[in-house]
Parts: sequence; C-alpha cells; structure tokens
Amino acid sequence: MRLKYFAWVRERVGKTDEEIVVPDHVGTVGELMDWLAGQGEEYAHAFENRKVIRAAIDHVHVKPEAAIADAREIAFFPPMTGG
Amino acid sequence: MTPTIRLQSEDFDAAIEAAKLTRGRTDIGAVVTFTGICRDHEAGHGVSAMTLEHYPGMAEAEIARHVDEARRRWPLLGVTVIHRFGRMQPGDNIVLVVTAAAHRHAAFESAEFLMDYLKTRAPFWKHEERPGGMGWVEAKDADDAAAGRWQRPRKDAAE
Repeated sequence: MRLKYFAWVRERVGKTDEEIVVPDHVGTVGELMDWLAGQGEEYAHAFENRKVIRAAIDHVHVKPEAAIADAREIAFFPPMTGG
Repeated sequence: MTPTIRLQSEDFDAAIEAAKLTRGRTDIGAVVTFTGICRDHEAGHGVSAMTLEHYPGMAEAEIARHVDEARRRWPLLGVTVIHRFGRMQPGDNIVLVVTAAAHRHAAFESAEFLMDYLKTRAPFWKHEERPGGMGWVEAKDADDAAAGRWQRPRKDAAE
C-alpha cells in the first residue's frame, strides 16, 4: 500500500510518500503507526507522539482502530490548520 | 444546484464569485461571503508569510463532504468554496466561502458551519515565516470547539 506524509510528519520522515509491504500482524492504523515507529530513527521521531497524529484511509479521516486490510493509500499528518 | 469547489494557488475575487451565484436568478434572497485573509501576527509573534500545504485529492473530497452536509442541513440555493495553497503574504486571500439561500439564516449559518469544518477537518497545514525562523501553526482548541458545536442536533441548537 501507499503511505503519504504531510506537514511535520513529512519533514520528520524525510519523504512525501512511499510504497510499503505491511507484515500480517499489523491490522489497524494504530498498529501501523507502532510498526512504522520501529523502522528507523526518522520514523521513531515522526511517530513519537502518536496521539496527536491523524490518519486518513483513501481520502477519508479514520481513527487508530480502523482496519487497514483494504486500504490503497494511508496518510499521516498533524491536526489540520487550514481555513 | 451544483456547488463550486476549487483548490488553487492563484488569488480569487469574492465579489465575482458571489455574483456568479446570483446571476440570472430571482429566488435567492440572501448571499453570505466569508473571506479568510493572511494576518501579519499570530499568537503574539509576527508573521511575514505563510505556506499552505494540502493533501491533493483528499482536500477536495473532504470539502465536498462538508458541502453535502451543509446542503442536508440548510435549504441552500448556491455554494462556492475556494481554498488557496502555496505561499501567501499578510493581506492575501486564503479561503472563500459563499452561500446563497432564500433567507439569511440559512446563508449565515451554513457559511459559518463550512468555515468551522474547513479549519478542523480539511487537510491543510500552515507553515509560518516568523522573525525568529519558520514553524508549523498549531491547531487551536478553540477551532475544535467551534466545529464541535455543530455536532449537536439542529433542533437543540435552535432552541
């Protein structure tokens, strides 16, 4: 699946997007954040305060409990500050 | 009624967009336009410029979902939402919401509803250029509270 990062999550991870293969035991958005946090220093830094990071699956806001099995694109970003 | 939703880097003209909604129509009795503008200060520090980052694809989809919700709640005859992205300087337009209805309450309330949701749910992020350096704007609790009040049933909100 494709991952996308925005704002300071993007800055910390050091890339705008990437294609990844997720291990079978990672079933939810929250578990995906836990797994990503273990993928290196930059990911650990980006996902150190997971409670503030928001997620979207295929352009729809989701909660950490959301299942990722059918996701094509998952995005991680800070709380929004538009308008 | 087909809403107009646009994301663009270029500026917009609020008067022209409002006129487009009413041209040739005699059933519209109220038009509200809200324009959000880049300020030169924020939370006690100066702002010399800001860059708005957005999530292409999701931003349009999320705004469209809120416009649909506004149309379910109020009898709207026209809606236009334009949100800019890219670098802006103090005084520049950032966002435009125009709502048209037969009566003023629907136009006022739906414009406010759309702005409250745009600020907290539409995937945009502001990066400021300040005297001491650069920084991401933090989300405000007050904006969450403003959006949260629309979650009450409409009937209660009117009482």
